Amino acid sequence: MQLHDVWFVLIAVLWIGYFFLEGFDFGIGILTKPLARDTAERRVLINTIGPVWDGNEVWLLTAGGATFAAFPDWYATLFSGFYIPLLIILVCLIVRGVAFEYRAKRSDARWQRNWEEAIFWTSLVPAFLWGVAFANIVRGVDIDAHKNYVGTFWDLLNPYALLGGLVTLSLFTFHGAVFAALKTVGGIRDRARTTALRVGAVTAVLALVFLIWTQGHSGNGRSLAALVVAVLALAGAMAATRLGREGWAFVLSGATVVAAVAMLFLALFPNVMPSTLNDGWSLTVGNAASSPYTLKLMTIVAAVFTPLVLLYQGWTYWVFRKRIGVQHIPGHNPAGALDQA
Amino acid sequence: MELAIAHETIARWQFGITTVYHFLFVPLTISLAAVVAGLETAWVRTNKEKYFHATKFWGKLFLINIAMGVVTGIVQEFQFGMNWSDYSRFVGDVFGAPLAMEALIAFFFESTFIGLWIFGWDKLPKKLHCACIWMVALGTVLSAYFILAANSWMQHPVGYAIDPATGKAQLTDITKVLFQNTTLTVVAHTLTAAFLTGAAFMVGIASFHLWKTKRRPETADPRKTAVMRTSLRLGLVLAVVFGLGTALSGDSLAKVMFQQQPMKMAAAEALWDTQSPAPFSIFAVGDVSKGHNSVELEVPGILSFLANSDFSSSVPGINDTAKAEAAKYGGDPKSYIPSIFVTYWGFRLMIGFGMTSFVAGLIGLWTTRKKRFLHPEFRTGETEVPRLMLTPRRELGPFLTKWSWRIGILTMGFPLIANSFGWVFTEMGRQPWAVFGLMTTASAVSPNVGVGTQIGALATFTALYAVLAVIEVRLLVKYAKAGPVVTEQPPAEDPSLRGPSADGDADKPLAFAY
Repeated sequence: MQLHDVWFVLIAVLWIGYFFLEGFDFGIGILTKPLARDTAERRVLINTIGPVWDGNEVWLLTAGGATFAAFPDWYATLFSGFYIPLLIILVCLIVRGVAFEYRAKRSDARWQRNWEEAIFWTSLVPAFLWGVAFANIVRGVDIDAHKNYVGTFWDLLNPYALLGGLVTLSLFTFHGAVFAALKTVGGIRDRARTTALRVGAVTAVLALVFLIWTQGHSGNGRSLAALVVAVLALAGAMAATRLGREGWAFVLSGATVVAAVAMLFLALFPNVMPSTLNDGWSLTVGNAASSPYTLKLMTIVAAVFTPLVLLYQGWTYWVFRKRIGVQHIPGHNPAGALDQA
Repeated sequence: MELAIAHETIARWQFGITTVYHFLFVPLTISLAAVVAGLETAWVRTNKEKYFHATKFWGKLFLINIAMGVVTGIVQEFQFGMNWSDYSRFVGDVFGAPLAMEALIAFFFESTFIGLWIFGWDKLPKKLHCACIWMVALGTVLSAYFILAANSWMQHPVGYAIDPATGKAQLTDITKVLFQNTTLTVVAHTLTAAFLTGAAFMVGIASFHLWKTKRRPETADPRKTAVMRTSLRLGLVLAVVFGLGTALSGDSLAKVMFQQQPMKMAAAEALWDTQSPAPFSIFAVGDVSKGHNSVELEVPGILSFLANSDFSSSVPGINDTAKAEAAKYGGDPKSYIPSIFVTYWGFRLMIGFGMTSFVAGLIGLWTTRKKRFLHPEFRTGETEVPRLMLTPRRELGPFLTKWSWRIGILTMGFPLIANSFGWVFTEMGRQPWAVFGLMTTASAVSPNVGVGTQIGALATFTALYAVLAVIEVRLLVKYAKAGPVVTEQPPAEDPSLRGPSADGDADKPLAFAY
């Protein structure tokens, strides 16, 4: 295994980590509409991810930075090519972060409603667009001899990619519902389980079609194995949800995300962005990678710091392990909001 | 050709707007994180309530600010790829490394521990909670270090080789990138300026409260006044220390830049012709097309000192430097001259606004000095508004007192202006280069992104940032005006990491919730 193969794996790990973590917190954002019945319940949901969403999002920044360092051409082609979807994602992530932090900073109802509305949409749109983007990466796009994407924005909205978007949207919502069931108490916990089962059924259908489609046009033996794992994990997550085993359900819904994203990367390898114009113009781990010196350096940095990150991020989840219910939301009198630091 | 110019111009505007905007929040984040950490440490160690309330108060303003810093930072991670793909391809091997390190080492640190700090008041033992904000502070400094190392490489590329096969820059020595003198001086200058910014912010808000209390004693709350008095003094001390630090590190940075980018420094001075000794220009009206200044006010010899630490040496002018660059890299000498108007005035506004806050700090520190330097009659207690004293027995008159407090309030904005002009100066002064001597800005843009798309993105970011600015400033004003919530009590018992708190109430509301 060469260094650039190692880095392909590491980039995949970063994206998988990102989708595993921000997957459920996008899901929570989306569920603030269908699942929560009132403001207090919406706040319960938002606060299940309160201490952790920012750390979850850094997985994206690290994936971006690491791609820049390890595969400059991949970084350049991907983000200049998928300009408009990325722009929309960035705008959503900006508004979303501000929405979490500022929502409770004023007590007036309209202010809070507006930010809640923002949290819903800015969770839903990226959850969909990331699927569109990754489906396009795997499927291949119009890349010319100079490694530049020469298609249009509309080319990115092909049926396969749109299906990919629906898969991530529903999968993240499912993952979020399972997380909500794990992290809340009271009526919302029961409804989260019911919602998880419904969304899970939809996800199963969409994901099965999408993953088999993927396997059909760019699959191999390893991606098939990942596909099987993803499907089994999803079935397991639903069974565990039905049995009320919320811890297991979350582990398995997480495993579904991991296996599904892993399948995409396995189907992609050794390409990083295949060209649909000419096979020779595809970006591969070989022709898009940095020099061995940089890759070696970054390998050392990653080997030292990634375990450390996992350790203290894991510890955060342990510190905030307690379930949250409406009774834990401070100041049912919203005027008290100002007193919170 | 026209289109190519539009391409570059729009991409530069977007980078300028998003980056200067991002940097409004960065210095406050860096400095307030450390200040809040210091205040919480003071509380943990002394158990004095005023430190608890100060921690909460400045912590709240810090959080409102860091939220914006974080979200506007996301754009920075991706816009190199979006608008500057040819740049990214050329430099990724070198420039990507510090960026990835920043994310992996600094961002995770910052974002994880800020979550623990915000939500952990009733979950973490006091000392551990306090350690979390120190971790955040460390994260912000590390983040600054890595990104400034990356920027320094654009200013002065080192530790690389050009791959003959691909023509791209390849990293050969990371220690050079991380520890070259450009990086070290820029980090020193940026961090000291960041602390000056936070200091001025504290001075401004504390002045607002103290001046209001002074004018309307009936509104006085001694506990609030105690918090603000401590904050004012802390802010003033920091303003003086870091104002001085900013000046000294700025001087070192200027000397480095005279060596590495003589054009930038000649442009900073609108020094058209090489002179020995070279004067420091205080005011000039330049005429780029003619290559000289029509009106000029200057101090002899000072520029020689800034460049070389003596008053007589020669400093190369714009015209000679442009000719030298043209001889080295080819083309028209004129194409190597950055916008003299922007660099000349950017440099002056940076120094002017930065040093004004330093001087304001110095004056404030003197007039509000400790009581052992004052006649007993004029001494004020910890919970009173300090009298502004000129000599041990002489207080400033009503007019000067009023204006001193007002200037104290205004000081808040000065370093923000100075920081912005500092960046505009150093980035515009490097033009036409994106990476000095290696890649021009014109050849760095994404060739495949249409002008229409670019305009759409520029308009989107500008509109979004404008709206967010209004929201952010209103919130800051609201919370700054409200002052510390002195009714809030610190947790009675030190929270334990294991299990629920000692009162055993599992349904107790969260200490903080979104």
